[in-house]
Amino acid sequence: MKKVIISLIMMFGIISSTSFAGTLVINTDTSDAAPKEAFEYIIKKFEEENPDVTVKWNVFDHEGYKQSIRNFLNTDPPDVANWYAGNRMLPFVRAGLFEDVSDIWKDSGWVDGNLSENMEHAKKSMTIGGKQWGIPYTYYQWGVYYRKDLFTANGISVPTTWDDFVAACATLKAAGITPITIGSKYLWTTAGVFDYLNLRTNGYEFHMDLTLGKVPYTDPKVQAVFDKWDELVKPGYFLENHAALSWQEALTPMVNGEAAMYVMGNFAVAPLKEAGLRDSNLGFFQFPEITPGIPMAEEAPTDTVHIPSKAKNKTDAKRFLIFMSRADVQEEINKILGQLPINKNSKVKKGDPFLAAGLNMLNNAYAMAQFYDRDAPAQMASEGMKGFQEYMSNPDRRQKILERLEKVRQRVYK
Amino acid sequence: MELNNSKSKRITWWQRNQVKISPWIFLAPGLIFFSIYVIAPIFVSIGISFYQWDGLSPSMYVGLQNYIELLDDEYFYISLWNNLKWLIFFMLAVPIGLGLAIFLNQIVFGIRLIKSLFFFPFVISQVVIGLIFTWFYQPNYGVIAPFLNLIGLEGFSILANENTATYGIIFAGLYPQIAYCLILYLTGLNNINPEQIEAGRMDGAKGFHLFWNIVLPQLRHATFLAVVVTVIGALRSFDMVAIMTQGGPYGYSNVLAYYMFEQALSEYGYRMGYGSAIATVLFTIMMFYILFFIYRMYRNEREDNN
Repeated sequence: MKKVIISLIMMFGIISSTSFAGTLVINTDTSDAAPKEAFEYIIKKFEEENPDVTVKWNVFDHEGYKQSIRNFLNTDPPDVANWYAGNRMLPFVRAGLFEDVSDIWKDSGWVDGNLSENMEHAKKSMTIGGKQWGIPYTYYQWGVYYRKDLFTANGISVPTTWDDFVAACATLKAAGITPITIGSKYLWTTAGVFDYLNLRTNGYEFHMDLTLGKVPYTDPKVQAVFDKWDELVKPGYFLENHAALSWQEALTPMVNGEAAMYVMGNFAVAPLKEAGLRDSNLGFFQFPEITPGIPMAEEAPTDTVHIPSKAKNKTDAKRFLIFMSRADVQEEINKILGQLPINKNSKVKKGDPFLAAGLNMLNNAYAMAQFYDRDAPAQMASEGMKGFQEYMSNPDRRQKILERLEKVRQRVYK
Repeated sequence: MELNNSKSKRITWWQRNQVKISPWIFLAPGLIFFSIYVIAPIFVSIGISFYQWDGLSPSMYVGLQNYIELLDDEYFYISLWNNLKWLIFFMLAVPIGLGLAIFLNQIVFGIRLIKSLFFFPFVISQVVIGLIFTWFYQPNYGVIAPFLNLIGLEGFSILANENTATYGIIFAGLYPQIAYCLILYLTGLNNINPEQIEAGRMDGAKGFHLFWNIVLPQLRHATFLAVVVTVIGALRSFDMVAIMTQGGPYGYSNVLAYYMFEQALSEYGYRMGYGSAIATVLFTIMMFYILFFIYRMYRNEREDNN
């Protein structure tokens, strides 16, 4: 009897293992056209290279995914799921829902060359508690996108220092042009401006300390950031009524030639070009230096893939992660995405001046911040960005806002 | 004799209790589902409000901490105050709806079409109305921009200003709510007793007098219903806020229902305990109102029966 049971269990084991070994379930939030195409491509390629694996791919709506991932990691875990680097993955790591993949990062035999070496600059943002929790596959730069023709018409050259930048704003304002456009209805655009002012005034380490809750918001260094911000907000260099506009709606004044600059991520280039701007009148420059001597760190939000700790087919999942980290694969994905590969050995799409500028900037970057709402915990980020928006509409309330944020900080990080 | 007695006893027990039991049997399916999906969640939610929980990690009992924090939360008071604004200004839907109903309650060629056009806003989804009004309010581009320019408010954005955003949303919310009240009053006007009006006319009542003393009292039920749905609509004003401002600028157009969602379930939230505490406060406010409503209904029915 015992033998029968054992053999039954063994048979079941064999059956179940064979039925699982070949299927790799992947959940992604790539509902937009380009990301969807990119994943279609890599999944096809992965299946070609690994004929023993059949991929089952579930595409979730981009916004809905943020809710769904919380459910499916617990109840119906896939073998691979995409997400974001930095503090965004912290809740899942802390709840034990993501698998530790440090071995992929360490084992140089698995990939072409050593992962840690090829992706050294992105390793920090994948590390929590000394371990790596996923593989980054794409990122993009932030900076200032501007109207070249408006700059030329007003005799402005690309500013590299804060004083030049403020002077450029003053010239534009005097010419009846809104210097900087922004749409803050969904709040996060304000964090881009804050992050850059902070990175340039106080540097990367302070940015991390602040987002990790180690410094109070009433700190003089934070005040210094707002002093710089005052120089832009008080003379009215930002678009009026920004609180009513989404980031896309705020592109319109720039397309119409009513606004000259936008502190934005590279994803703004596509809609701007669709609206009629060309390489000849749309340009990009690095956010100018504020405190001389502080090494230039940049914002480069990174997209990642992870293995849920409750995944059924971790062997193939690891193969997929290693595949995703390869230079040739990242090159192809990012050609489709129009973004930048993480792997140093990947080449960037030719003939795109924005990607070329971004790659050049990020390769020389001192460090990469993920963005305020990915580096800071969600609750802090939401209150912080609300505060930034309120400040941009009412610069006089700065003190009150910072005191409120300090209260939130003490609650969130306790 | 004894045997006969016990037999008749058994029969009489069922007969005696049949009338009492059968309504419960018929009510049972409804009651069971109502308690599982409505009553139980209320208590679960109140229970969660004493915990700190992000929906993933284990929850932690914190006692009244969430409520204490609520008392010190600026945004909570803003939301509460906005709820009050909603309650007051949303009520405009009742008199405006009544006015339109009386205006439309005539027999002219094509009145049916006109009536249905007036009722149309109620049929469109709230989301669509919210979106359209957001476009109306768009500074410089929206349809109302030329009028704002006339009164010297060039480039003024109603939804980006902390003082006007809530009123902008309430105004958009009134659009379908007026239509709802309108239809309630139109059906009410259909049921008006023409003899009473005739009698009133004979006694020399005219115009406003006739309306106030004879028509309006007969519309009592419609008015009651209109007020009830409007109050509930005001308290659960969620979709308009979500579509038009997301509580912005910086939380100044938030209402309790949306603030609860923002804290408990939005991208940056997942404070289930805190969200539940807000929900409990909102529930308490609604409970007062619902109890009053039930009491009035009970009283009215007793009056009608007498």
